[in-house]
Amino acid sequence: MSPLLVLLRRELALAWGRGGGPLPALAFYAGVTTLLPLAIGPEPDRLAVIAPGIAWLALALASLLSLERLFERDYEDGAMDLLALGGPALEAVCAVKALSQWLATGLPLALAAPVAALMLGAPLSLAPVILVCALVGGLAFAFVGGLGAALALGSRRGGLLIAVIVLPLFAPPVIFGGGALSQAASGLGGTSGLALLCAWAAAAVALSPVAMAAACRNALD
Amino acid sequence: MISRIQVEDLAIRRGERMLFEHLGFTVEPGEAVALVGRNGAGKTSLLRAVAGLLRPAAGTVRFAGVQDAAEARASDLHLIGHLDGLKGGRTAREELAFAAGWCGADAAGLTRAAEALDLGRLLDLEVRKLSAGQRRRVGLARLVAAPRTLWVLDEPLAPLDTVWRERVGQLIADHLAGGGMLLAAVHDPLPVPARAVEVGG
Repeated sequence: MSPLLVLLRRELALAWGRGGGPLPALAFYAGVTTLLPLAIGPEPDRLAVIAPGIAWLALALASLLSLERLFERDYEDGAMDLLALGGPALEAVCAVKALSQWLATGLPLALAAPVAALMLGAPLSLAPVILVCALVGGLAFAFVGGLGAALALGSRRGGLLIAVIVLPLFAPPVIFGGGALSQAASGLGGTSGLALLCAWAAAAVALSPVAMAAACRNALD
Repeated sequence: MISRIQVEDLAIRRGERMLFEHLGFTVEPGEAVALVGRNGAGKTSLLRAVAGLLRPAAGTVRFAGVQDAAEARASDLHLIGHLDGLKGGRTAREELAFAAGWCGADAAGLTRAAEALDLGRLLDLEVRKLSAGQRRRVGLARLVAAPRTLWVLDEPLAPLDTVWRERVGQLIADHLAGGGMLLAAVHDPLPVPARAVEVGG
């Protein structure tokens, strides 16, 4: 079996083994979306307007949750040495790790997003746009988040540092996705916002593995 | 295949402190080199520099017989540090399968490794339930599962009991007899004839 496939299987098993895979992120997500009507009042008209935006924003925040352990675990127990010395380039290792983060948390969250938006009263016609935004945006969040996790390696308050590094980089996709959703809600189709979101995700997938690998090498040195 | 390692005029700095300077030695096929020196002298750092994980402040590590040092390190070198890289929550079998698979070992290699280190009963246990010596045996198993020329080991025998020191010594002797090379940081003497290199004076 190809080493990268071996790695992907291990990463997924690790994501599920400790911390229950997507469950903490899903629980957080469910918490935000069910508490929201209690906080801002249950008027259906008002909720329906903000439902897609809330589903989208909560997804961005939920994808921050399990990032801290993505590289830290391997760094602390010495497995990072093995990964850095393997046949595949460290860039590929980092890409696989970010991809596994998306598969383990981003994908389940993306499936939950339209459900949450519908529960809050968003029109059914918006569900496909929300799903696509969540899938593509989740990919960007996983790769940009992985970059934050790699840069925070070896620091003492890793989780805090990740949030500080990552939040500015989360802003553009949140804006693009939010734009796509409001365009779709007002009957404009939402393709321009979606195109920008896809572009951001493509850039994140292409560029952040290089930066993640550099950060890991720096932490190992 | 790596046919010789030549360390020339190596210096390693950690932060402000120069650990050692002007260190040079070679490792020939079939030879074991034992790095000795007090705690904190830089033995582990030297091993990591040989493995390419750490940039030396000066000097070079040359691998003879290969085109590209990075590729040689990735395909023909095993580094086993004092941290074993095993995840406590997974079974020894899963962890060994990953480490060996990552190094390109096949199923036959895994079986061979499990036999050589007598892991049979341990494989189904979670790594956190293993003793330090048992963990080390699981960690060392990839040396057998995926044969490579150069073994770079940090205190490989430290947690092992006398029986296992002897058996791992035999593994090392077999490796050297087959033209392999060993570079190890040690405090106790290796159970095979080795050339000692003093680190950090």
